Amino acid sequence: MANKLIVSLSPHVHGNDSVQKNMYGVIIALVPALLVSFYMFGLGAVIVTLTSVIACLFFEWAITKFILKRERTTIMDGSAALTGLLLAFNLPSNLPLWIIIIGALVAIGIGKMTFGGLGCNPFNPALVGRIFLLISFPVQMTSWPVAGQLGSYTDVETAATPLALMKQAVHGNADALGQLPDAFSLFLGNNPGCIGEISSLALLLGLAYMLVKKIITWHIPVSILATVFVFSGLMHLANPAVYASPFTHLFTGGLMLGAIFMATDYVTSPMTHKGMIIYGVAIGFLTVVIRLFGAYPEGMSFAIFIMNAFTPLINTYCKPKRFGEVVKK
Amino acid sequence: MNNLKVLLNGIVKENPTFVLLLGMCPTLGTTSSAINGMSMGLATMAVLICSNFVISCIKKLVPDMVRIPSYIVVIASLVTILQMVMQAYVPDLYATLGLFIPLIVVNCIILGRAEAFAAKNGPIPSIFDGIGIGLGFTIALTLLGGVRELLGTGKLFNVTLYSEDYGMLLFVLAPGAFIALGYLIAIVNKLRKA
Amino acid sequence: MKKLESSLANMVIVLTVISVVAGGILAYVNQITAGPIEKIKAETLNNALRSVLNADEMPQVSSTNSIDEFTTVYVTNMGVAVQAATDGFGGKLKVLVGFTEDGAISGYSVLEHAETPGLGAKAGEWFQKGAKGDIIGKKPAEKALAVSKDGGEVDAITASTITSRAFLQAVNQAYQAYSGTSMDAASSATPKASAQAGCCQEGKCKEGQCQEGKCKEGQCKEGTCRNGACKEGACQQASCKNACQQAEAPITCGSSEACGRAKTTENN
Repeated sequence: MANKLIVSLSPHVHGNDSVQKNMYGVIIALVPALLVSFYMFGLGAVIVTLTSVIACLFFEWAITKFILKRERTTIMDGSAALTGLLLAFNLPSNLPLWIIIIGALVAIGIGKMTFGGLGCNPFNPALVGRIFLLISFPVQMTSWPVAGQLGSYTDVETAATPLALMKQAVHGNADALGQLPDAFSLFLGNNPGCIGEISSLALLLGLAYMLVKKIITWHIPVSILATVFVFSGLMHLANPAVYASPFTHLFTGGLMLGAIFMATDYVTSPMTHKGMIIYGVAIGFLTVVIRLFGAYPEGMSFAIFIMNAFTPLINTYCKPKRFGEVVKK
Repeated sequence: MNNLKVLLNGIVKENPTFVLLLGMCPTLGTTSSAINGMSMGLATMAVLICSNFVISCIKKLVPDMVRIPSYIVVIASLVTILQMVMQAYVPDLYATLGLFIPLIVVNCIILGRAEAFAAKNGPIPSIFDGIGIGLGFTIALTLLGGVRELLGTGKLFNVTLYSEDYGMLLFVLAPGAFIALGYLIAIVNKLRKA
Repeated sequence: MKKLESSLANMVIVLTVISVVAGGILAYVNQITAGPIEKIKAETLNNALRSVLNADEMPQVSSTNSIDEFTTVYVTNMGVAVQAATDGFGGKLKVLVGFTEDGAISGYSVLEHAETPGLGAKAGEWFQKGAKGDIIGKKPAEKALAVSKDGGEVDAITASTITSRAFLQAVNQAYQAYSGTSMDAASSATPKASAQAGCCQEGKCKEGQCQEGKCKEGQCKEGTCRNGACKEGACQQASCKNACQQAEAPITCGSSEACGRAKTTENN
């Protein structure tokens, strides 16, 4: 029997909003950051990004067709391309191709299709891929190329990231904080690390675009960034010799990328504004705790991952009032 | 029910790991390599066979209200004996599995089989049940350990198949145990239904 | 035969009988296996001692000295080896370190660890002679061992800084216990007392450890820090951390915050 009733995933079509439109909107918002990273990391960034996007699209297509045996393929809705792009943004630009392909397989296969595809995944697929790679290949995933080496891909100089320096300061290396670049140059685009992390300015442009286009609301990014700023600021005031300034915290690592693009994923973040703020504050808090006291220098991805798991709980406790429901006094 | 059927039942139809989902603690904890998984499976099987036999023999002598404490004492004694024997005669194996041996006592497979099978059947079928369930557990643990070892370190039974540099460390760690077990259960269920 | 009823008398009798029988069997097995277990433990220890002391034949242990729960000094006819333990990334990290007569490290062996396979678990080979993080031949007396990230000279295991820190800390602790024992011979004090008291007092410590006038006042007062914690050039943060991490040693050097935090972080 032909399938006459079409059941689609949220967001349900009302007006001219659609999954596709939102996904491509996010991809457009990522363009400034992508251009900056091509400019700073050169060939490596291009190769890594292309591989990741193509691999994600391929796995999405292959799994829907051969394992799930669905008639309609979902690769054109933009979600797999977005996952690929975000995954690439979370990788260093000198990562070997086979590792990227494993990452794409894990992101799409384990992170998304195992749970039933878009809308059913409890965790952000790109994050699943990144964390899997980070734990599986810690050596390759934590040797960051220095920005500005345009022509090379595998053969690049690597350096400690500002976050690694911040961690050393916490562990008692007195000189480490002095080697940090100043916050303003970090903000503009001198932030060595993953491909997409390089320029906070470009990421903020993306945020502005998404807010204007009403693709996301301000609640999650602002609550994350504010929490990080306040918490790391308090620590900095307590002991400036050991804890870096809140501006440095704000502009280093994957914080901007995570707060603007990863944490705001529709499927894995809470639905109500109140829930979003709880979610954002918790992510910000966890990020700083992991950065300062944890084993890894960057805590953003783990923080989002942990809070993804709490999203259903937050949704349960932050239900909006039903229309006509009597407000309890 | 004949004895062969009892034996096969434990391996396929009531596989403790893939079907009953019992004994998850040693399953996830010890399967970082195929050898470790197999050793843990065999150690559990040894205890299971003995405990099934002993409990089946004494089932009429134990009043119902104190059967659980009695069974636990029997199982704990067997495990302690196994632990001392391993420590004395196979120290290398003991060094790898040491932490998990005492946990066999609270492995729900053993108490579960004591309650569900040994307490209702004679000593001989109970032994066969112990062998069957034990083998099922051993096969499952070896399989899981093998998958994790292969993906994590590029080896299988300590034989290098590809360079360790290409291994995905996550599979040797705890999250890898959960992911690999999940997919193995999915595959086994698919095969059983087909 | 009918099943026994659950009367109080029956239950008490059955449980007692089962427990007594189980206890008896266990006692018997224990008696049989106690010998072999002891033998294997001694053999393992001797093999480890032999490898860390670079000895050609089996060393004979002449005295053992347990300084605290985790630190044991083995004095053998081939040299002195110390077992020490710290908290690694995944759990207790127990090492056995051998020392030559002039206080250099002759070898080490990781006795027990719960580090991540493929990462921290490499500690068994990483710090051996000729490997990347070679510590053999280094003298902790001159400079407490520390990873290069913390201002030391030892290369940390790639992507396993926490394990490396814990490992080097264990080696430093072993050295402190070792130098305590060496002093023991000279001053005939108990190792424990000499390890805790008088680290920097003239005449009490071995040459090269705490030279006169090099420790600033207030940093290395009697009874405040152990051997090797505060050395030449006063206390830098890296060595300060070591001092703070001694279980009983009070925080003595640098700002109290630096020490306190170093301790907290390492515990994570």
